[in-house]
Amino acid sequence: MDFELTDDQVALCDGIRDLCQGRFDIDTVRGLADCGGVDRQLWGELVDTGVFSLVVPEEDGGVGLGWAEAGLVFEQLGRALVPGPLVGTLLAAGVTDDAVVGLIERTDGSALVEYPDVLDALLVLDGDGVWRVDAAELSFELAQSVDPLTPVGRVAELPQGEEVGGCYGWVNRAVFLCSALQVGLATGARELAVAYAQERQQFGKPIGQFQAVKHKCADMYSREEVARAALYYASCVLDAPELADEDRAVSGARILAAEAADHNGKDCVQVHGGMGFTWEIDAHLYLKRAWALTPCFGSLDEHAERIAAMV
Amino acid sequence: MDIRFSAEEIAFRDELRDWLGEVLPTLGDPPDRDDWTARREWDMGWQRKLYDAGYAGINWPSEFGGRGSTPTEHLIFLEETTRMGAPYVGMNFVAQLHAGPTLILEATAEQQARHLPAMLKGEEVWCQGFSEPNAGSDLASLSTRAIRDGDHYVVTGQKIWTSFGHVADYCELLVRTDQEAPKHRGITWLICPMDLPGIEVRPITTVAGSSEFCEVFFDEVRIPVENRVGDENDGWRVAMVTFSFERGTAFISELLGTMNQLAEMAELARGIRRNGSTAWDDDEIRREIGHLQAEYDALWALTKRVVSQAQRTGMPGPGGSVFKLYYAEVKKRMADLAHRMLERGALVLAEGGGDEQTGGDMVASRLYVLSLSIAAGTSEIQRNIIGERILGLPKER
Ligand SMILES: Cc1cc2nc3c(=O)[nH]c(=O)nc-3n(C[C@H](O)[C@H](O)[C@H](O)COP(=O)(O)OP(=O)(O)OC[C@H]3O[C@@H](n4cnc5c(N)ncnc54)[C@H](O)[C@@H]3O)c2cc1C
Repeated sequence: MDFELTDDQVALCDGIRDLCQGRFDIDTVRGLADCGGVDRQLWGELVDTGVFSLVVPEEDGGVGLGWAEAGLVFEQLGRALVPGPLVGTLLAAGVTDDAVVGLIERTDGSALVEYPDVLDALLVLDGDGVWRVDAAELSFELAQSVDPLTPVGRVAELPQGEEVGGCYGWVNRAVFLCSALQVGLATGARELAVAYAQERQQFGKPIGQFQAVKHKCADMYSREEVARAALYYASCVLDAPELADEDRAVSGARILAAEAADHNGKDCVQVHGGMGFTWEIDAHLYLKRAWALTPCFGSLDEHAERIAAMV
Repeated sequence: MDIRFSAEEIAFRDELRDWLGEVLPTLGDPPDRDDWTARREWDMGWQRKLYDAGYAGINWPSEFGGRGSTPTEHLIFLEETTRMGAPYVGMNFVAQLHAGPTLILEATAEQQARHLPAMLKGEEVWCQGFSEPNAGSDLASLSTRAIRDGDHYVVTGQKIWTSFGHVADYCELLVRTDQEAPKHRGITWLICPMDLPGIEVRPITTVAGSSEFCEVFFDEVRIPVENRVGDENDGWRVAMVTFSFERGTAFISELLGTMNQLAEMAELARGIRRNGSTAWDDDEIRREIGHLQAEYDALWALTKRVVSQAQRTGMPGPGGSVFKLYYAEVKKRMADLAHRMLERGALVLAEGGGDEQTGGDMVASRLYVLSLSIAAGTSEIQRNIIGERILGLPKER
């Protein structure tokens, strides 16, 4: 057993972090709100880097890595607030040839669809399988989304689409990738809060010197680290399902990551005081993305139930 | 990032299981909480059995009688012994989990030869004499002083909260050897035999009504200079090594025991009848159990990360502070949940095992968990450590 990152994994994280810093700086990211969340040129760079073909085998033209690496990459994307239908596009690789792919679960006839303006296709999961709905068949009305970087469309009647595969394992993998994004969000929010706590002065000293603020930052870090451990564990189980129960590992990561992202987002707002309540400061972007990702593929209560049934 | 165990590690686990399967049924019943003579016999007897079977000091070097294997095998050892209900480390805690590891890294060859094999054979109980009445969180301000007199330090002062002080043979003792130096630079780490003239031990009764810790008074106690670990006035650094083990990996069997307890709680919930259904049918209770399990699984994963760091660097990483902080809070929530389930049953402390009415030792556990955010550095201090040492926030002073 060696649960620390390998040198290759560290290099992968560094590479993606550099890519995000270079191409998805926060002004660029904010600007993506004006084009439905995805700019084809920038998206193409993610594609070229192999972000979406990470788990596709090399003989099929992919990078041939595992879920551990996919999780690490998605963590970095979350940390940098990179928008777009990242989860759907990764899972669709090797299944369809579309470049920008959404993914939702079919509930009843209507649905809320993320990034509706920029999709090539929407994949829909239901009890029978995975269905591809061409973007041209989707009619929707834009809704006011909680997250400016997660535009949402309201679809009155979700078409059936064409079947593209069985849905075994898709939900867990989608949940896992959402969790990875959220661990990254928890990190980004914590980093922003700590930087502000070091620089903002009140009563003649940096606010990070006050324990009320320092301890909040310490709690943010703890939550994030515990969630990260759960995430890494889940990724190891997805890569080697014989090791442990996949549902339990994924649901656990899900709960901890969603809560870490939510609490760290809120704490980040609080540490910024009045600035935290402004549009200008990025704190709200972490929180809103966390909120946009939580109601995907099962509620936290459902995940808690899934685990309880195994205790 | 690989949580798979190697063929060797799996073979180790299998052998250990077989051995535990044979030996555990022969142990008999554990002693009464307040019978300290019997408790010592029980804890030391178990340590001796481990030693004879080659399972003492799993990750200690073989030259000291250890098994010389990896922190991962130590993790497996703790996992299997807890899972199969073997005796807990008990009063061997200090020796096995932080004094011994500190000696391995910091002591002289003579000190190692003298104490490490004896610790492994269950011949020495150790205690930790760090805290003082006026030096708890601010440990570095400790004032028990040691004055050099030829080949001896003459030690006068008082320690407090010394767990197992009344049964211990040796003490990892922090003393002030330089009154003038800045507080962190005048401290020395000594091995103190507890039977020296001038030492008086007075047990203190805890909230749980037992005497797990003591006050220890030192009145001109003469400790040989050869008992010093590390240099004179370098004891703070040595104490930090001790803490990295105490906070880093010493809680592993605690966590595993807690997971067993959660499983028992789920069983209990399924059995407790109320208003025509069971406590398990209560959505809030059931989901909180699932939620707690998710958090314990995550802490177990975090433990594996800390152990993997120890494997790479020789010392547990700072993840230990995160673990301790988080664990204390989750375990308090679990104890509170037990009480919500037990309702009026929560009035009664179980004697011995307990039953469905009392929920085993869960009522006592609710008292015990109060100490988790105090012992080995309070949660406030852990937050300072994380804030300042990991996140780089400015120090208070
Ligand atoms: C069950 C148990 C076993 C123990 N065993 C041992 C042992 O074997 N050997 C040993 O040496 N010690 C032992 N201890 C002692 C333990 O390490 C101390 O109790 C602990 O470090 C706190 O010190 P204190 O009791 O003096 O509390 P104080 O330091 O007086 O703290 C009181 C309160 O003030 C808070 N506080 C103090 N300073 C700060 C600060 N800078 N910022 C914010 N809050 C602060 C604390 O968090 C706490 O809430 C044990 C304690 C317990 C409960």
